[in-house]
Amino acid sequence: MDISVWFFISSGLFLGWSLGANHAVNVFGTAVVSKMVKFRTAAIISGIFVILGSVISGAGTTKTLTDLGSINAIAGSFSVALAVGISVTLMTRAKLPVSTSQAVIGGIIGWNIFTGSPTDYTSLTKILFSWVASPVIAAIFGFLIFKLMKKTVLKWKIHLLRLDNYTRIGLIVVGALASYSLGANNIANVMGMFVSAPLFKDMHIGNIITISSVHQLFLLGGIAIAIGIFTYGNNVMETVGTDLYKISPITGFVVVLAEFIVLFLFTSQTLEAFLLKNNLPSFPLVPLSTTQAFIGAVIGVGIAKDPSSINFKVLGKIAIGWGVAPLTAGLITFISLFFIQNVFEQKIIHPVPYEITTSVISKLNAERIETKQINDLLGQRFLNNKNFLNELKYRFDYDSKQIYSIFNYALIDSFKIDSSLVNTLPEKYDFTETEKNQLKKLHGKSFNHKIDFEDAVYSNLPMWSLSADKLKDKAILEKKIIIEELFRVSIKNKSSSK
Amino acid sequence: MFLKKTRKLETQIDEYLDLVITGGLIFKLGIRCYLDNQIEAFEGHLKDLRKIEDSADDLRRNIEIKLYSRTLIPEARGDVLGLLESCDKVLNITEETLLEFSVEIPNLLPELKNDFNDIAESSIACLENTVSGIRAYFKNVDAVRDYVTKVQFYKKETNKIAERIKRTVFRTDHDLSFKIHIRYFTFHIERIAEESEDVCDRLSIAIIKRLE
Repeated sequence: MDISVWFFISSGLFLGWSLGANHAVNVFGTAVVSKMVKFRTAAIISGIFVILGSVISGAGTTKTLTDLGSINAIAGSFSVALAVGISVTLMTRAKLPVSTSQAVIGGIIGWNIFTGSPTDYTSLTKILFSWVASPVIAAIFGFLIFKLMKKTVLKWKIHLLRLDNYTRIGLIVVGALASYSLGANNIANVMGMFVSAPLFKDMHIGNIITISSVHQLFLLGGIAIAIGIFTYGNNVMETVGTDLYKISPITGFVVVLAEFIVLFLFTSQTLEAFLLKNNLPSFPLVPLSTTQAFIGAVIGVGIAKDPSSINFKVLGKIAIGWGVAPLTAGLITFISLFFIQNVFEQKIIHPVPYEITTSVISKLNAERIETKQINDLLGQRFLNNKNFLNELKYRFDYDSKQIYSIFNYALIDSFKIDSSLVNTLPEKYDFTETEKNQLKKLHGKSFNHKIDFEDAVYSNLPMWSLSADKLKDKAILEKKIIIEELFRVSIKNKSSSK
Repeated sequence: MFLKKTRKLETQIDEYLDLVITGGLIFKLGIRCYLDNQIEAFEGHLKDLRKIEDSADDLRRNIEIKLYSRTLIPEARGDVLGLLESCDKVLNITEETLLEFSVEIPNLLPELKNDFNDIAESSIACLENTVSGIRAYFKNVDAVRDYVTKVQFYKKETNKIAERIKRTVFRTDHDLSFKIHIRYFTFHIERIAEESEDVCDRLSIAIIKRLE
């Protein structure tokens, strides 16, 4: 691996460090500040579980982030991570409750705007929904758990010392679980933007264990977060923890438990599968802000205790932070990308070719998107996002959603079907013989657009069509991703610029 | 192991409170013996009370060290230590009062015998209910209020009896020095109730903090 890669990735590690330093307070702040758990113990437990969460469960939420914007050049990832890291640090200095998740979204959108890449508004809406939902749900859980505790634990006549012990154990367990969720939820924020940039090679230990490049990346990010907790977590706990959230150990336990539940709801792929299996509404898997969930839970417990104790000034500050965090990160990203590209002459985006074909036109027509004006672009290849975007906008006033669809369909993404690869399909996805034979029939065919590939492989075959069964649909979509990855070929050197 | 250590400490706190209760009972017996002129038995009770006071001191220190060194109940530690220490103060008063009886041998009038028995009963009732209140603080917060109310009641009763003794003695033809001597002993027994009420005041605040 090139030594410069380490330089670029350092910004992600810096972001991980600042995240660890800032967010440790959300998982162990109440336990440490109330002297129930020593900082050293908290840091060790938190560090271990953050790393485990990052490596084992980090993939779920990363998908949503990569959907939002595929930063495919390492200098671009560097700029975004650095900008987010700086804005997080600035916000902490301004004593505004900082949300790394929100800053990251701002950074990615900043990159999209600068490079002329379209933003997936479906993913963005999902994320925005979670920003509102997570503190509200955390507040509801905080309220209910506190009421339940008051009605049960205090009535059970447990000796104060024993209750203290149980609370201590509870704080450690819930802190460890919340740390796991912190890792699983936030590794996407720290390393998500480096996923598309090729950094590591898969590591094979003997013939048994393979550590994928993504897992290596997440392990590195998890370690950075853990170091942040160790080196600076205590300072933030002492300042932020005592100023903002002075609460008793039992209340602290309720808050962290409520926070963990919310993080779990929005991160767990297992839970999502369980809910879908039982025809229950599932939660979107998106990277959440632990700070928001934590503050939501504090508010919920506050309402349960005494509604008049809610500090509206603090609430106002949080609301301002919601807007300021992504805006600042977006702005700093935009400026830093300008400098990286024009002063340091680094590639902030790998050119991805686009071409409008007849199949793209018919797909757009099916979605009732105006195509008459862009018919003259048929067969032309565009290597630059901005050029393509300008050509489209020059011809018709497309809205953001339509632009995203055109970009999505026109993207040249080469596939070649090789029947010998069919047998290498992972067993855990349960590909049927019919499905495999269907793929083998298409041996030797190649495609330049994903929509053409999908049309050839999936159309008119009932086994690939989606139904109302969400669980079944999810399995089909997963299988489709596996098939795409199997037959996708590198698009390097396949395009010629306009 | 963690829970085992805590249980041992719970037992130690209970043992400490048991000593305070026993101290109160011995005080009552001591006063009764003094009033019945059984000086030898009285001295025996004083000796027992001194031993109990010493053991209670040791146990309290041990509990305090454990609470601090193991950083147990960090939020309530100050309150718990305050309660145990002020409870110890009441036990000290009972021991000091018996000692003063032993040293100064006050001449208690026969007509005051019942009143002195009553004041000892009601002031120790204050102490006993205070101890029950402290036990409830640890295990059953809802019951604390009942004990606090009882302590307040017995404290008022003690004040009434003390007033009655003072009125009786100051209306006799004895020397002023004698009258003041009796008042002094009445005041000391009354102090047990006064200090118990102070412990209960602490308890009332501590319980509000626990319920927060």
